[in-house]
Amino acid sequence: MGGKPRTVDLQEVKKAVKSLSISACTDLNRDVEESFKRAIEKEESPVGRAIFEQLLKNADIARQQSIPICQDTGFTVVFLEIGQDVSFSGGYLGDAISEGVSEAYKEGYLRKSIVKNAYTNPENTGDNTPPIVHTRIVPGDRVKITVLPKGGGSENMSRIKMMKPADGMEGVRDFVVETVRGAGANPCPPILVGVGLGGTFDYVAYLAKKSLLREIGERNPDPELARYEVEWLETINRLGIGPAGLGGRFTALDLFIEAFPRHIASYPAAVNIQCHAARSKTHTL
Amino acid sequence: MGDKKVEAPLTAETVKNLKAGDGVLLSGVIYTARDAAHKRLVDLIDKGGQLPFDPEGSVIYYVGPSPAPPGHVIGAAGPTTSCRMDSYTPLLLKHGVKGMIGKGQRSAEVKRAIQEYTAVYFGATGGAAALISGAIVEAKMIAFDDLGTEAVRRLVVKEMPLVVINDCYGRDLYIEGKRKWSRE
Repeated sequence: MGGKPRTVDLQEVKKAVKSLSISACTDLNRDVEESFKRAIEKEESPVGRAIFEQLLKNADIARQQSIPICQDTGFTVVFLEIGQDVSFSGGYLGDAISEGVSEAYKEGYLRKSIVKNAYTNPENTGDNTPPIVHTRIVPGDRVKITVLPKGGGSENMSRIKMMKPADGMEGVRDFVVETVRGAGANPCPPILVGVGLGGTFDYVAYLAKKSLLREIGERNPDPELARYEVEWLETINRLGIGPAGLGGRFTALDLFIEAFPRHIASYPAAVNIQCHAARSKTHTL
Repeated sequence: MGDKKVEAPLTAETVKNLKAGDGVLLSGVIYTARDAAHKRLVDLIDKGGQLPFDPEGSVIYYVGPSPAPPGHVIGAAGPTTSCRMDSYTPLLLKHGVKGMIGKGQRSAEVKRAIQEYTAVYFGATGGAAALISGAIVEAKMIAFDDLGTEAVRRLVVKEMPLVVINDCYGRDLYIEGKRKWSRE
């Protein structure tokens, strides 16, 4: 059932990764910016409103001067969807992606935040490589590349829990809410909350991260999960943590759930927290 | 926010005038240090060495800036999460450091040390790094160059927008703000 083969030059992949890395870090996505504007109208805390004003001004300055929205320009996470009819020319795909990241971070004045061997060698790799690459083979002949530079402060507040089936969705809700409560001001609220449900220990964390690629306001197509997204967001926004953790209504801008079938014995849940500098950019070749 | 104009380095008198929730515009000389630099500063103190800056009244900013593009003195420069510095902080306060700038809650030990040594913890808005960068008028690396973004820099800041989180009277804006706005 394969289609006509198509060849993609890896130079194009490299160029795309480079340009997506730079634009993700300096050009705040419009859906996030629009959510700040809507939140200013609804935020009751004057300090909270002042924080949103700062964030809007910050996004303007970053865009105009082409400097990063946040100095933590993240661990580069790349999501690749490769059409099964694609073949690559001009080298190895992994190298092309790493070279794109390397050139972006060196030439784009982005911070290099990655150190070599995690536990024994704190020497910086010098170009923010290696990236984390998630690859999926899909039908068709296109290559969809998404770059998500993920900041350390919000990543540190993320949690995974192998729950019991008896815990049910109430248990998951409590886990999600307690994770956000415990994180408090640390992950730069207002945050986005990515929730993964089901699959295995490794896969549930991937689901939580993948959910963060959705646009603000985009609900899970499953109406029941969509209802939980809305309810849990409301619960989180009753915590009072507020913008920058200084108190207010907007602790989170949105909450996304991505689910996958589970083993009858397992009930994995993961919460990946994303700061308000929610950066991801996509390009299709 | 942004009402009280404050000069760094800080005096005990200045610190005593700052209360949790105060908006502050900070001007003067401050120093950058985060995880790796803190470890070295504390190692220096333990070995009886001299710190790369005069700690008396000094303000430390927890930041690892992005590289300065042409025409800029520094790149994006917002705060990093302060709790990673908690284990080093009481010793630095004991040696004269009076102010810290970061984001996120501090440990009970740090809050006690803030009271004991009449110090103050300011919050800068996390993620507003391009905006904050505009308040930095000079930047010079003064120690631990090998740490790159984590090196100690001497910054001259002009009206850097901050808010007092922990004052020397034991108050904590994160706790108070959350209590005020919680609807649980």
